[in-house]
Amino acid sequence: MTSPHRLDSSVRAGRVDRTRRLRGTVDGVELSGHPGDTLASALLAEGRIVAAPSIHRGRPRGILAADCTEPNALVQLHGACPEPMLTATRVELYDGLVAESLSGVGRVGPEADTAVYDKKYVHADVVVIGAGPAGIAAALSAGRSGARVVLVDEQRELGGALLDGTERIDGHPATEWIGRAVRELVELPEVRVLTRASAVGCYEGNYLLVAEKRTDHLAEAGPQQPRQRLWHLRTQRVVLATGAHERPMVFADNDRPGIMLASAVRSYINRYAVLPGQQAVVFTTSDSAYTTALELLDAGARVPALVDTRPDPPAHLAEQVRAAGGQVYPGSAVVGTGGQERISSVRISELDEQGSLTGTPREVECDLLAVCGGWNPVVHLFSQAGGTVRWDPVVAGFLPEEPTGSLPKVVGAARGTYDLAGCLSQGLAAGAEAATTSGFRVAVPPVPPVAGDRPSTRPRPLWLVPAEEGTSEQWHTHFVDLQRDSTVADIWRALGAGMRSVEHVKRYTTISTGQDQGKTSGVNAVGVIADALMAGSPGEVGTTTHRPPYTPVPFALMAGRDRGGLHDPVRTTPMHSWHVAAGAVFEDVGQWKRARYYPRAGEDMDAAVQRECLAARTGVAMQDVSTLGRIEVVGPDAPEFLNRIYTNGFAKLPVGKARYGMMCTADGMVLDDGVSMRLAEDRYLMSTTTGGAAGVLDWLEEWLQTEWPHLGVHCTSVIEQWAAVAVVGPDSRAVVGRIAPELDVSAEAFGFMEFRDTVLRSGVPARICRVSFSGELAYEVNVPAWYGLAVWEEVAEAGADLGITPYGTETMHVLRAEKGFVIVGQDTDGTVTPLDLGMDWVVSRRKDFVGKRSFARPDTARTDRKQLVGLLPMDPQQQLPEGAHLVDPDGPRQPPVPMLGHVTSSYRSAALGRTFALALVADGRRRVGEVLCAPAGGTDIAVEVTKPIFYDEEGVRRDGRQYE
Amino acid sequence: MTVVSTNESSTEVAGLRRSPLAGRRDELAAAGVEGLRGVRLGEEPFLSQVNLRVLPASPAAAGVEQALGTILPREPNRVTGDEHDAALWLGPDEWLVVAPDGRADGIVEAARTAMADSPGSVVDVSANRTTLRLAGPTSREVLEKVCSLDLHPRAFRSGQCAQTLVGRAQVVLWQVGTEPAYRLMVRGSFADYLADLLLDAMAEFTHR
Repeated sequence: MTSPHRLDSSVRAGRVDRTRRLRGTVDGVELSGHPGDTLASALLAEGRIVAAPSIHRGRPRGILAADCTEPNALVQLHGACPEPMLTATRVELYDGLVAESLSGVGRVGPEADTAVYDKKYVHADVVVIGAGPAGIAAALSAGRSGARVVLVDEQRELGGALLDGTERIDGHPATEWIGRAVRELVELPEVRVLTRASAVGCYEGNYLLVAEKRTDHLAEAGPQQPRQRLWHLRTQRVVLATGAHERPMVFADNDRPGIMLASAVRSYINRYAVLPGQQAVVFTTSDSAYTTALELLDAGARVPALVDTRPDPPAHLAEQVRAAGGQVYPGSAVVGTGGQERISSVRISELDEQGSLTGTPREVECDLLAVCGGWNPVVHLFSQAGGTVRWDPVVAGFLPEEPTGSLPKVVGAARGTYDLAGCLSQGLAAGAEAATTSGFRVAVPPVPPVAGDRPSTRPRPLWLVPAEEGTSEQWHTHFVDLQRDSTVADIWRALGAGMRSVEHVKRYTTISTGQDQGKTSGVNAVGVIADALMAGSPGEVGTTTHRPPYTPVPFALMAGRDRGGLHDPVRTTPMHSWHVAAGAVFEDVGQWKRARYYPRAGEDMDAAVQRECLAARTGVAMQDVSTLGRIEVVGPDAPEFLNRIYTNGFAKLPVGKARYGMMCTADGMVLDDGVSMRLAEDRYLMSTTTGGAAGVLDWLEEWLQTEWPHLGVHCTSVIEQWAAVAVVGPDSRAVVGRIAPELDVSAEAFGFMEFRDTVLRSGVPARICRVSFSGELAYEVNVPAWYGLAVWEEVAEAGADLGITPYGTETMHVLRAEKGFVIVGQDTDGTVTPLDLGMDWVVSRRKDFVGKRSFARPDTARTDRKQLVGLLPMDPQQQLPEGAHLVDPDGPRQPPVPMLGHVTSSYRSAALGRTFALALVADGRRRVGEVLCAPAGGTDIAVEVTKPIFYDEEGVRRDGRQYE
Repeated sequence: MTVVSTNESSTEVAGLRRSPLAGRRDELAAAGVEGLRGVRLGEEPFLSQVNLRVLPASPAAAGVEQALGTILPREPNRVTGDEHDAALWLGPDEWLVVAPDGRADGIVEAARTAMADSPGSVVDVSANRTTLRLAGPTSREVLEKVCSLDLHPRAFRSGQCAQTLVGRAQVVLWQVGTEPAYRLMVRGSFADYLADLLLDAMAEFTHR
């Protein structure tokens, strides 16, 4: 395979490794190149300049740029890591690469991306973005101080624009200086260099996000090697040496393949040893493209015309071009192009002082048009960080305002300094200053002498090159945004619709909303608007806002490793392995996995829950309740503190006893509930709901730290210090008696809501509490968590002959609902008071507590609020859906239908032999006995309102079998 | 915890204990690699841990220091002692006293006695967390993938600790050696997640 446009190495060596050949496929056609090639340079080497047709108008387009500003040459990568919407100028060629040209829209494949994307959090003293001459200089001077320095560059090797040119530093080719710098940086222990890494976000407080490509350029990566890495950098100082982007020009038919940025032409010639055309016209507004013309001539191309908008360009430059065989047309512009698939000619016209066309246009044949509309300093990151920009008429670009405070320092081309000596000098100074202000004092090194580059003379920007005919609103082939197919006519239409702000025009025309975020179009659009509005300068129009990311970032990279099993922690109890082995079906409760039920062969959930409920009501059952929240509340003021937090009193609770408590938010609504034990005069063990544990601890700390710092109380979370087994049912006394032989478990000796510390038969120390969430005789056996599994097995073994049955959260819900015990968060929703629940007995009238005052609010005090009631469907086999609304059976059925309330809990009860539910119903307690209606699934379910208790209303089962 | 103290030398009872990562001991051991780019992960189960709340520089604090024979560090995120017997600064009036297995009841008893009626709190939290040990030349690089703290030796050294997030788990991170070696003390229910997270972060070094 030949690469006809690859320059002989005697003409240009380039930075490609010609000893190795890489092969890929683009649009089904084989492509070959060398290590060091991008997809774009390899295509150009084979003369393939044409990209996919444009997105809306289907016009032929070609490779325009050599960097991330490329608007046309979008590709979709296939293969192991399919990825849409990459620019051919940023994809490095590798063996086996398969790409497809895209007309502006890519596709996300259906397959999961299985490559490894990860993140890294690194702190530094100085971060330098951009490793062109200014950035390398800054990293060197900062790095020599011993400061922690990170140098970031998006290219595969350091050097930036120096790699595109032929400048000399210290009497040697600039590449030698780069080589020396790289060696020095690598040897500085606290300097880290990231290549193939794009700084995509720069945030307040010198926080940066850098997207690094690690294995994208390799045909094969090692196992588990991250493909891309998102670096989170925090640093004291930031130096931005992000360079400048060249602007294209806006003229008629400015979108043909073969029209390239002048700097890109130079880059392809020098860096990649590729000559993109043989007959090149250069069209410029400033000095820089003269170098491109000279490089073209030097590489063997003809330059029949160098068209300069300036009537008197620098004589030495024009003379050099002429001497090398080129023609110079000062005070002129390219006003049109010809050609089919590729440019074949340009029309050149003279300009008058106002920029209007004058004289007779001439036509010049060509296969390449190198354009330079001027330079845009890359101020994206500076703007993201909060910096402001101003229009500078001398350099004809938006420049960063001098930063204040800790805003990034901008150096080199990014602040409009385009000569090499200036870049080096600013970089060296900024690096030293950044290190010094970070606490690593260092002197500014001397600036080395340079050759081959000198300060430019003033450009003559021409935002809109007039067409030979028509008026601006008709110029439909003056493209401003190539990626969005937006033209001067589109801008005029937006202006005609009354828009003036560039932000509005941008959204109306979609200019700069493409994947490239307008890197080649944003400022040109501002220029065209300024021209149309006859503003004095683009500065009067202003700029659009630069937002992260600077270049596109895959979602997979943002997700990092937070996928699959690592997406969110799965919390398990010490007994989890037993539940798994027992075939439990699990339920997510926050991050916890809790056993929901334990189906036996052939059982569905209903059947399993009926069986588990029956065991708890008639025999003995056991549940893992380790997930409950637990907080030790300690200190001389602990009794007073709990009195203030709970609606009921805890100060007089005797040591050795426990009490159910409810807590409210300041507006009097139920926050959480649980049983607290008094361990000692100054020590309680509070329990909370599983889901409320963290919130309650925060709540307690908030009151202790902000309102009552004088209280001597400390709270310590001990959730996971304990594993707990609830042993429930009439036979639970026998089981607990067996495992705790030292304990007198009789009803007389061990009363309800009492606890005992004991040693189990196995030798395990335990705290056993008589507490019941089912209405049955029940014990909660608490042991240090590491004994959890052993004690669970001990209980199971001790109850085996009694048919002890493990049960899950579903059975727990049924059992408690039969007794009318609420679950905070299920039967309450933040708008429910304890009184609404009918739990007046838990609300003290004698003491103050958080939320008490709110009970006197008129709305909270009214008697017809939604209240907790029971519901019995008239058809005892029909189960209400939870969440179903309740309405008056005689009321209207056309919206608006007055809602009386809703179902909060609904189950099938083994003990009752029927279905039942709990609900919140307006004025519910007065409706007991009424029949309401729950429209559900197209039918009405008639329900009778009852008291919210269905089983053992007298509470006789709490103490177990009476004969014991 | 003030549950009736057992004979802690009773290996029979101790044998009933099961640490959160007991079932993964071999897996963790097998994941480690030695050498210049090495990193190892393992569980250090059953360390005695006592959470201590007391006013710094108070007579009660002095009494506790004397009773425990340890200095309570006053500088944030500092650790006094060594990895066997240590006091970790967790907050201006909060410390975690760490000792070998079986010492918690003694520490609780001594500290409560020393504190007497002064405001403060002593709570056994030994079973609340287990400890993962991440060590080896690349262990800092592994941690930097999952923890946003500055772990560079200029900022975080042996003898320093921090309460932080590692991945999405709350952890007491404690550097115990210059190799470097770290202890990550994590609540039992998060132990599997944390082990998975660290094994995943180690993979680029262990799958060469």
